[in-house]
Amino acid sequence: MYRIAIVGGGTGGTVLANRLAEELGPELAAGEVEVRLITADPEHVYKPTFLYVPFGKKTVDDAARPIDELLDRRVTLDIAEVTDVDTDGHALTFADRSRLRYDHLVLATGASLDPDAVPGLAEGGHHFYGPAGAETLRDELADFTEGHLVLSVAGVPHMCPAAPVEFTLMVDDWLRERGRRDDVDLTYTYPINRAHGLESIAEWATDLFDARDIDVETFFNVESVDPDAGIVESMEGTELDYDLLVAIPPHAGSDLVIDAGLGDDGWVDVDRHTLEAEHADDVSAIGDVADVPTSKAGSVAHYEAGVVADRLASRARGETPTAVYDGKTVCFLEAGMDEATFIEFAYGEEPYVREPSRPLHWAKLGYNESYWLTARGLL
Amino acid sequence: MTNPPDADVTIDSRGATCPGPLMDLIGRVKTLDPGTTVALRTSERNSTTDVPAWLEKAGHDLVEIDEGDDEWTIYLEVT
Repeated sequence: MYRIAIVGGGTGGTVLANRLAEELGPELAAGEVEVRLITADPEHVYKPTFLYVPFGKKTVDDAARPIDELLDRRVTLDIAEVTDVDTDGHALTFADRSRLRYDHLVLATGASLDPDAVPGLAEGGHHFYGPAGAETLRDELADFTEGHLVLSVAGVPHMCPAAPVEFTLMVDDWLRERGRRDDVDLTYTYPINRAHGLESIAEWATDLFDARDIDVETFFNVESVDPDAGIVESMEGTELDYDLLVAIPPHAGSDLVIDAGLGDDGWVDVDRHTLEAEHADDVSAIGDVADVPTSKAGSVAHYEAGVVADRLASRARGETPTAVYDGKTVCFLEAGMDEATFIEFAYGEEPYVREPSRPLHWAKLGYNESYWLTARGLL
Repeated sequence: MTNPPDADVTIDSRGATCPGPLMDLIGRVKTLDPGTTVALRTSERNSTTDVPAWLEKAGHDLVEIDEGDDEWTIYLEVT
């Protein structure tokens, strides 16, 4: 039997498991292949939902569904915590010390938030990258009538690179709708010398920020936050006073990856086209945990999962894998509360940013609703 | 031809696309003492402009940029 183990129940792991079940249906029925998904969290979370929670447009419950409702019945689901990856022995160890052998392992463990990497950030900053943070920010925003709101990208890489720009444009619009914008100063900060890693997004966002009277501080790498004084300070020596700080916390990869020797910084070093690990045989990585030169975004995990499903199906049949990932990334970007744009690019390409429109905003909301079909592998 | 400066710390960011090398450098500089010399290896041409711009903004000293075959080594001193 060819045993495929997938660790992680987010977009990448779930889409991959479902695609494999579909592609290897006969082999699964014949007992020649096993597809096993291991996740510590019985809930599957669609994180883009959290962007809408601070504005009261979604609730955190909208973001989660039981993973067993999303998985093909031919996939074996283990709710368990993996504590060790033994790439030489081709085995995983669980928290209860039991072991599972695999013929091919796919890591899809995602990224985690690390607010403690910046002194004062956990106490002084808010974020919308998780359920508790998004709900707290919703309550803060509801009571915020005047002062200085700073949106600060405290670390890159981070999940959904477009989200900080989206939040800034949405909060500007949201405050205008409530007649509060004249009493609120808005500042957006970013670590490099432009407003976004992609030049075309940076130019697009900067023009919009200028038009909407949103200040931009570039080369702003957050060094510390003083919650009592309401000051955020950068490595470059710039200080900003804030009344409400919304910060994208630094992100961390996985200790599992570091301990397994798959990547020194917690992201798995992979071939950018095959998504196979550079430091171990029979290991692949998809989604945020894979170190590839494109966004840590759900669409990336989705397309990567399709490629790895094709490659593993070929391997399971004794064929040479030929599918490759070209870096395809697709993102909707909200430009306010009722208009959005859309970008698509691959490795080495600069996206073209379309004029924001209402139809694209509704397309984004429609995609969010149909996401559950994506997770099932149907879209 | 002069010899490249000795570096206390070498950061190998070859293969990373913009702004990866700059962010690798910024992340590392946070942990270094003043006076430390750093060699940043990059295969991204944009690093030869965005790294010096950041050094100027952050107040660190650019020492030298060596050009090799499809890669550059940027030497700097943490202040």
